Amino acid sequence: MSGSRLRQLVLLFLLVVIAFLLALSVGSISIDWSGVVEGLQGLPGSVDYTVVMQLRLPRAINAFVVGAMLALAGALMQVLLRNPLADPYVLGVSGGAAVAALFAILLGWQQGWISLAAAVGALLSMALVFSLSRGRGDWSTTRLLLTGVVLAAGWGAVVSFILAISPDAHVRGMLFWLMGDINESFPGWLRIGVLVAALVAACGFARSLNLLSLGELRAESLGVNTGALRIGLFFLAGLLTASAVTIAGAIGFIGLVVPHIVRLWGGSDHRLVLPASVLLGGTLLVVAETLARTVMAPSQLPVGVITAFIGVPVFLYLLRSGSSVGRS
Amino acid sequence: MTSLSLKGLGVEIGDTRVCHDLTLQVNGGQVWSVLGRNGVGKSTLLKTLAGLRPAMSGRIDLDEQPLSGLPRRDRARRLGILFQDSETLFPATVLETVLTGRHPWVSALQGESHEDVMIARQALRQVGLESLSERSMATLSGGERRRVDLATLIVQEPRILLLDEPSNHLDLHYQVAVLGELIEGWRSTNGAVIMVMHDVNLALRFSDHLILLQGEGQVEWGRARELATELRLSRLYGHRMQRVATSDGEWFYPA
Repeated sequence: MSGSRLRQLVLLFLLVVIAFLLALSVGSISIDWSGVVEGLQGLPGSVDYTVVMQLRLPRAINAFVVGAMLALAGALMQVLLRNPLADPYVLGVSGGAAVAALFAILLGWQQGWISLAAAVGALLSMALVFSLSRGRGDWSTTRLLLTGVVLAAGWGAVVSFILAISPDAHVRGMLFWLMGDINESFPGWLRIGVLVAALVAACGFARSLNLLSLGELRAESLGVNTGALRIGLFFLAGLLTASAVTIAGAIGFIGLVVPHIVRLWGGSDHRLVLPASVLLGGTLLVVAETLARTVMAPSQLPVGVITAFIGVPVFLYLLRSGSSVGRS
Repeated sequence: MTSLSLKGLGVEIGDTRVCHDLTLQVNGGQVWSVLGRNGVGKSTLLKTLAGLRPAMSGRIDLDEQPLSGLPRRDRARRLGILFQDSETLFPATVLETVLTGRHPWVSALQGESHEDVMIARQALRQVGLESLSERSMATLSGGERRRVDLATLIVQEPRILLLDEPSNHLDLHYQVAVLGELIEGWRSTNGAVIMVMHDVNLALRFSDHLILLQGEGQVEWGRARELATELRLSRLYGHRMQRVATSDGEWFYPA
């Protein structure tokens, strides 16, 4: 790995640490940083320990994992679909998850079962997009994109339908799910494992992604197996999105904006873009989650609202101050 | 010994028949030009020769091995193609773009070495772009991008070059000097060049063999000197072509 790339990643890692310290110390009970450190090592039973270890740390880790997954999925999706506007939800994965989750809420299922339903919905939707867009053997990007977009629109209609027929008691929970909300369940090792495995796999073909962004035929002519690469990308991005959706519902902007912020800041070599998106996406969501529970405390905002509030101005600023995205 | 041989090759695109039962062999040290009207299938033929699209019938052998059976990486080390246009989804720098040409030579885990960077810088000097190596591809002109693509192909170091309208966007000087030097370099080291050309005179200047795609599967091929006649070229382009002899050689112009 080149020196400058390593420096950039170290810088981002420091950002991650700062975001975590912030997330652990700020809240309805304010804990100073030495208290946070004591809480992390501290004895079970103290207030600091309980707040830090049992309430804030699991949420912060969940937020980081979700943000990282969405940003990585977004970066992969943008290359797969050869479209800078692609985000993790563009293929209808979150739509499928939402429909299944809302049904589960409507039936009065418990949180864990709702997440499971969302995962099943996401995977079914992915399989549907994949098989429909493959059609008669060819697998063009446009076809994939159109199939995904149309299916997503279909899921959107079903979501509206469910919202319309649901009793009021369920609607608030449903809306929170749709706007993206991080629940406090302890972060499963499985999800962290998925994130790490996906990052390692993605970094393994990062150089091929650089070639794929120069054109599919060109990548093929330089020895890349583009057919296998695209199927791999599809399933990796889908798996990441599905996992993220089951933890946190649909959280906008992270998957679209974070890869672009990284490219504007550090160039478009995917050996930097992929790990940097993971670090920055995670950081952004940890910060957003902290803000969501403090800005209007004691009431809590959906975290998806905050990510948009942060993401939109940051992105527009970077785009205006001399960038290469969107120019040709 | 470098060779690309076509054995009973049939190529079609949509309803257009590009060639039919075409058998010929391109050897190291030769430069071939493919000429023909718009839409006759020149680029399609070139992509087929690059192994990027399947042939309808017949086979292509690269160095006496079936092209379709070669591992991709192996093929990319022996055969490189310049496409008609280039895409940039997320513009990288000029140097990064040229380095993508090293892909078939770089080990999957290590990434480009210092030596690869030196090779890339040398290629950029060869196309006259060494001062732009850190510039974003998005800021280059069409001709500069074309030269970056040529440099990318140079660092790929294939034995066989397939060039689709290599003179596109290039100034006269670069057409003759850079392109000429590139082709001469390949010829003199026993590599082979097959290129699609629009400019008959440029094609004749550089190549020793011609493939004339007459349309509807009709193909004539052979030595350039024998094939380049007023009659043949007039039929090829559907326009009367006239020859003029000067002290620098003979030239064709549309009447």
